[in-house]
Amino acid sequence: MLLALKLKIAVAALAGFATPLAVAPLVIDRGGDRALDAQQAIVEIAPGAISYRLSGEFTRGGRQVEAPKGALRFDRPVAIMLHQVSAADYQLCVDDGACRAMTAGTAIRADRPAIEVSWHDASAYAEWLSAKTGVIYRLPTDAEWAYAAASRFKDDGLSTDSTDPSVRWIARYVRESEIDRAAAALRGFGGFGANERGLLDLAGNVWEWTSTCFVRTALGDDGRALNHTSNCGVRIAEGQHRAYVTDFIRDAKAGGCSAGLPPIHLGFRLVREPNTPMALLRKQFARAAS
Amino acid sequence: MMTRRETLLGAALTSLVLTAPAFAAAADDIGKLPRQKIDLVAPPFVHAHQQATKEGPKVIEFKMVIQEKEVVIDDDGTKFQAMTFNGSMPGPLMVVHQNDYVELTLVNPASNTMPHNIDFHASTGALGGGALTLINPGEQVVLRFKADRTGVFVYHCAPGGNMIPWHVVSGMNGAIMVLPREGLKDRDGKPLHYDRVYYIGEQDMYVPKDESGKYKTYGSPAESYTDTVEVMRKLIPTHEVFNGRVGALTGKNAMTAKVGETVLIVHSQANRDTRPHLIGGHGDYVWETGKFSNPPETNLETWFIRGGSAGAALYTFKQPGVYAYVNHNLIEAVELGATAHFKVDGTWNDDLMKQVSAPGPIPNAPSN
Repeated sequence: MLLALKLKIAVAALAGFATPLAVAPLVIDRGGDRALDAQQAIVEIAPGAISYRLSGEFTRGGRQVEAPKGALRFDRPVAIMLHQVSAADYQLCVDDGACRAMTAGTAIRADRPAIEVSWHDASAYAEWLSAKTGVIYRLPTDAEWAYAAASRFKDDGLSTDSTDPSVRWIARYVRESEIDRAAAALRGFGGFGANERGLLDLAGNVWEWTSTCFVRTALGDDGRALNHTSNCGVRIAEGQHRAYVTDFIRDAKAGGCSAGLPPIHLGFRLVREPNTPMALLRKQFARAAS
Repeated sequence: MMTRRETLLGAALTSLVLTAPAFAAAADDIGKLPRQKIDLVAPPFVHAHQQATKEGPKVIEFKMVIQEKEVVIDDDGTKFQAMTFNGSMPGPLMVVHQNDYVELTLVNPASNTMPHNIDFHASTGALGGGALTLINPGEQVVLRFKADRTGVFVYHCAPGGNMIPWHVVSGMNGAIMVLPREGLKDRDGKPLHYDRVYYIGEQDMYVPKDESGKYKTYGSPAESYTDTVEVMRKLIPTHEVFNGRVGALTGKNAMTAKVGETVLIVHSQANRDTRPHLIGGHGDYVWETGKFSNPPETNLETWFIRGGSAGAALYTFKQPGVYAYVNHNLIEAVELGATAHFKVDGTWNDDLMKQVSAPGPIPNAPSN
């Protein structure tokens, strides 16, 4: 089903590209504001591998099981922002009319992250920055975030395959409750320290949007995926714990039936794609199509 | 306003004089009663007590120290100029039995800035004791009243006029539980017991915002007054919380129980209506209006607590898990904060509920 959907998108995209591509000069011009691109503090993480537990929910034989964990290899470097996008940087996009304004009263500071932003806000900023600089910026996938976060990435495995659903429920609740959630006050960049890769403030009090959708996968007895359903109206925000948040939410709250704990703040940082000819071509296609 | 209160107080004093002989005799008898001193504990916990007693009435001594202090009321760090009975919002739950005498020493330390008093809905006369307990910073007062009727009742500060609602929504409210001497009973007179009791005091709060929409902070309750009343008069709370802050009863502070245990939940709201609901559970026996001389209703889904009253619900947990206990105006529960959690340990009962088929793709759905 998902494959069919992807195919559909590809066909639509090709149809969309057809006309402009035919007339667009096939010259790869970087263009854009090079200074703005150069201003981005980027950390390039060398290729390597991490132990990574898949996101989403997994069932086997009709009941929920722990998500599989395995080694995840990155063959290419991951270039990711040193710190979260600042309120001042986000405001540039707002001033350009490409991003939605932040909540009234937000201090527009270059040393504090933009918070109370939805996944759509974060994506709009990435598009704007890409268009502005001529370099592709995008949200990291959950796996990329985990790779960048290294020891700051929290494995959310629950080592129980009990048939009693309350065991998993209580275990998750207790673990999330144990996190010290005292400080909601924003800190300046670096206020939550750096990880071993030199990235600042991972898993502080700002959760970071990723591009990864909520996926539920049914596993067969051999552990291989039988099928899955994907909901991209819910994206993963990474931080002190992995949170599944509706994409238009700016300020996640718990309560009612959801007895878990929500992210304190929602912010984001972006991955910068290398300027390979392929990437630039992709960008040009995208621009032509839009 | 002062005049009106003085008039009421005058009326109360007159009636006291007229009936003085009878009261004097009673007072002598009270002097002979055994006395018991109880140390109060902060909600949601409740001081140790007997559910039923074969002993005769006593004089139960309590002491509460009023504290004006700045507190944080949500995860965003919003600061609030609180006024409290004994340092907590709500004040502690007091438990006595019918016909006991409640003897409260109320202390207003010199470090406070305002006069305070206490009005017990459980008491009779003198504006619930309010007219006899108004004390300035640096003073204390001792009030005694007979707990002549059973139930859970609100108490609150009522220092006159505009001060009354402001002190109440600033934190000066709590509850007292007057148990029947023979304990709680169902409608057929069968005894009811509880293994645990929790006290939830729900409170509406009205925090002023500045021009940019940020919550304002103040150096003292008095400085916050004018702005706060402006918000109060619009009757839309900025926060609606259990036990003084958003999240006071969730996470590490979630209430706990075990499958098979019976829990009594006392819920008060001194100012505004609310409608408690235990998500995934019920109220086995509910005294919605909080008065134990009325038979409890059974198997309720949601119960109504009128502003200015307390109610009590008895429930035996049958299934483990995390339960949300909410004000089932869900906007108030989720957006304004009126959510608590129970963490209940035990073994799952498939007979009561089972996920027959886990979430997965819709079978035979048309592919697209």
